[in-house]
Amino acid sequence: MTNNLRFKTSKFIDETYRVSFKFNNKTYYGFKGDTLASALLANGIHLVGRSFKYHRPRGIMTSGSEEPNAIIQLHDNSSRTEPNVRATEVEIYEGLVASSQNCWPSVNFDIGGINNLLSPILPAGFYYKTFMWPASFWEKYEYFIRKSAGLGKSPKVADPDIYEHKYIHCDVLVIGAGISGIMAAKMAAKNGFKTLLVDEKSYLGGSSIYDNSEFSKINNQITSSWLEKEINEISKLENLEIKIRTSVAAFHGYNFLLARENLTDHLPINQRENKVRQRLLKIRAKKVITATGSIERPLIFDNNDRPGILLSSAIKKYIDLYGVACGENNVLFTNNDTAYETAMSLIQRGIKINAIIDNREQIDSKISYEVEKNNIKIYKGYTVVDTYGYRRINKISIMKLSKDGQTVIGDKTKLNCDCLGVSGGWTPAVHLFTQSGGKLKFREEDQVFIPDVYPSDQISIGSCNGDFGLEEIIKNTLSSIKKFLDIDNSEYKTVETISGLNQSKRNIWLLPSDKSIGKTKSFVDYQNDATAKDIKLALREGFRSIEHVKRYTTTGMGTDQGKLGNMHALGIISETAGTKMGEHGTTTFRPPYTPLTFGTIVGRNVGEFFDIFRRTPIHDWHVANKAEFENVGQWKRAWYYPKDNENMHQAVQRESKAARDSAGILDASTLGKIDIQGTDASEFLNRVYTNAWSKLAVGKCRYGLMLNEDGMVYDDGVTTRLDENHYIMTTTTGGAANVLGKLEDYLQTEWPELDVYLSSVTDHYATISVCGPNSKKIVSKVIPDLDLSDEKFPHMSFKNAKIDNIKCRVMRISFTGEHSYEINIQANYGKSVWEKCMEAGKDFNITPYGTETMHLLRAEKGFIIVGQDTDATMTPIDLQMDWIVSKKKFDFIGKRSLYRSDTIREDRKQLVGLLTENPEEVLEEGAQIVADIKKTPIEMLGHVTSSYYSPNLKKSIALGVVKGGKNMFGQKLIIPMENKNINVTVADPVFLDKEGERLNAKL
Amino acid sequence: MFLINCPFCGEREQSEFKAGGEAHIVRPKQPTELSDDEWAEYLFMRKNIKGIQFERWNHVHGCRKWFNMVRDTSNDQIKAVYKMGEKPPVK
Ligand SMILES: [Zn+2]
Repeated sequence: MTNNLRFKTSKFIDETYRVSFKFNNKTYYGFKGDTLASALLANGIHLVGRSFKYHRPRGIMTSGSEEPNAIIQLHDNSSRTEPNVRATEVEIYEGLVASSQNCWPSVNFDIGGINNLLSPILPAGFYYKTFMWPASFWEKYEYFIRKSAGLGKSPKVADPDIYEHKYIHCDVLVIGAGISGIMAAKMAAKNGFKTLLVDEKSYLGGSSIYDNSEFSKINNQITSSWLEKEINEISKLENLEIKIRTSVAAFHGYNFLLARENLTDHLPINQRENKVRQRLLKIRAKKVITATGSIERPLIFDNNDRPGILLSSAIKKYIDLYGVACGENNVLFTNNDTAYETAMSLIQRGIKINAIIDNREQIDSKISYEVEKNNIKIYKGYTVVDTYGYRRINKISIMKLSKDGQTVIGDKTKLNCDCLGVSGGWTPAVHLFTQSGGKLKFREEDQVFIPDVYPSDQISIGSCNGDFGLEEIIKNTLSSIKKFLDIDNSEYKTVETISGLNQSKRNIWLLPSDKSIGKTKSFVDYQNDATAKDIKLALREGFRSIEHVKRYTTTGMGTDQGKLGNMHALGIISETAGTKMGEHGTTTFRPPYTPLTFGTIVGRNVGEFFDIFRRTPIHDWHVANKAEFENVGQWKRAWYYPKDNENMHQAVQRESKAARDSAGILDASTLGKIDIQGTDASEFLNRVYTNAWSKLAVGKCRYGLMLNEDGMVYDDGVTTRLDENHYIMTTTTGGAANVLGKLEDYLQTEWPELDVYLSSVTDHYATISVCGPNSKKIVSKVIPDLDLSDEKFPHMSFKNAKIDNIKCRVMRISFTGEHSYEINIQANYGKSVWEKCMEAGKDFNITPYGTETMHLLRAEKGFIIVGQDTDATMTPIDLQMDWIVSKKKFDFIGKRSLYRSDTIREDRKQLVGLLTENPEEVLEEGAQIVADIKKTPIEMLGHVTSSYYSPNLKKSIALGVVKGGKNMFGQKLIIPMENKNINVTVADPVFLDKEGERLNAKL
Repeated sequence: MFLINCPFCGEREQSEFKAGGEAHIVRPKQPTELSDDEWAEYLFMRKNIKGIQFERWNHVHGCRKWFNMVRDTSNDQIKAVYKMGEKPPVK
């Protein structure tokens, strides 16, 4: 390969520091300061990938985050492997390994390239049209499409790197450290604003920092020298924080921005150990100054995608910043003066320019005259009509443009080249501005969208605001920042600029060709292989809105979001449809501006921090005793405690039997507990529960059902009157937070006159439930001073007590139908009291049981679980719980809804018991319930909500909801399953001890 | 993400708040005297305005107070916040 592509003239490249790296399994060398793209170009490599649809060879096209083609896989075969990385943004380091994507078996010989030959039959919408019908074939199509399309490989193992999130609050955020960003940051910081300046690059100064041309001067100094002094000055400002390698990904409302700070990706692998790789910055700025610059436009002509075709500004950057020539025989193709700057950079180093093709007939700028003086042939009023060369451009053909620019005339001329620089002018990078909700306006004279209406305290300056000339940029930056920050001192006295460029441009969105459009491949979106022909086809087929055309042709839908070609797509649409630019809307740029890794997004919230969980004070005991856990809301609850080799079914059967035969113990600490105090506490409970509370005596407990205002069951639980004006309410585990929120809502907004105070005390208490015929004996051993006689301590009452001098509350309440006690004690004593109960119950085979057994025991008694046996469509009447709905109370939440025409229907789904014909057959929860399977479509009557095998009844039991079920006791129904129909009989939902003998037995 | 000026705590991140639907809907004092239609009007019917909208918000991860907000739903500008029971500000 050629050796003379590297020019030892750049101060950004450290030639004493050689770096080796691998690309597609071959070792290459670059220097510290290179990007992967510049290092590859220095090695003469342009071809780096294949396009998405046609698998056309593609080369490095740009030098920044807008790169559509040089999308590579970083770190082959490791846990750090990362797809879709832009080679133009990767700083090389010793040991870098990268490879091309979307090509098989290799980038030089790609089987998918056959799609390129088939392209006449792969028009826009091809996948939609061809593969949509019959739908059953989709699975087969998808396999082939994915196999030949795939963009990179995701890692197969966990990401070993560390990521974190950081909040930053500042007065002024400046995005982009180009010439206007630097000036704005200095003005802000020097005027007392706490300022943050960020830039996605590894250096400050933007493109002006390598602008060494005599044709661009500030205060009589070469622009880059002037800027270096400015950077030097702001680096010392105390009020200013500067972050490089930091790209703003999202600009949300109220000046909330997300940025990714890259901390280690440029370091050799062995220097990254234990360091944070990337930081997601959550920035809240009082004022935002956007100075994101602009992106050079390509030109749209036939075969404009060959390797060796680059943006002209990229060629300039590669030579000026990296000292790398992209070619040895260059042609520049332009419609404005930008390419002449590139020409001067090449001329300075003696790199051959074969010709400049300029769309314009008249060119009148100092810089163009200077280029002409160097004997460079300029074809004025010409256009490129075709290019040649498969893996690298080797020739172009050009023709003269007609006066109106719509056709080409005259003869075709062929020119040799190995590199073609294109410039279609500049597009302001308004992506972040539009993300923030800003409205754009279209500027006719140079065909650009620029910021118009700002939705928050922000401003755009420099070329992202449509200021392109050096003088204009500096003048407008000074005046608008002064106004924006409301400052008198701009920190700049006079700033004189000299520029050899003229802002004239001849804009032609789609350049004409001597071929018919159907025979051309003029790419508008390189990454997604969308051509001008595709856009025209979409319009012919009736698409009008830019958003529709975009989806149909996939223009702008790649990882680069069409940063290069979106404007051309809009232009071609409006030209073809004969409408004004912007009339079809502009495309929406959505965050992130450049892709973010998942690691950055989740930060430290990985592993056990991914989803937080709560544990009860007794959690460690459950772990030590080998409980299996179940997630209930955020809680980890003991599910069952397998002994020896028991499976879940065996453990639950044993636990359930023990609880009824002798004694069981349950950790109920997760139940929500709300402390209610105030002189209106009883009245408040009257209004939020369906039953009456005023007459509940101090020291008594009552079960309550809470409805939504629509009459549907919301939550349930036992509330205890601790004192005249003091209650403790329990809620379901999952409903605790919502119930508190709902109660607070009513208190604050509907009934502020009530004297009631609520506090959540869920975490303050450990709750231990001991049940079974021997529970009394066990509790009397744990709390010997407490009189447990039925006279002194009947069912549904409460006592204050002490265990080892620690106060506790004991309730005699039951969720199992057994004689049982609930001990509530300050949370940190929970585990020791639990252990005390275990010790006291040793002789009675006290058996810890988990949530599964709890569910089984309550199902035997027909007690509902809100959220399992109910959904948001069940009233208390549907649950056959009419007894708990007070007829006397004037009002309570949901009362009025209980006699709406819909809630009084007799055929609503109602809760019933279900017994299977075969007592060993256990139903599946969620299974459908029907009556007639012969008549189709089969009418669904309801579904099974809870189902267990009861060891105490020695048969299968189930609860379910059935339309009109209340009046169907004894009726036979069918549960159709995949391979059988199960016969069931509708029964009373209370399966065990309906009379309450167990509960009231004398123990 | 909004910055919301809680009338009790001052300016806080939106993530600390919960939206609670349309404001100034008073629960009927005597629901039992309402027809099904009147009750349904209270229960289900809510406005969804493009423009100035009066909303309830709760500082759920803060002081837990409910308050009212005037928000322009077309551009998410918060025009005013005020306490429960206070009259909405005149435009
Ligand atoms: Zn607050």
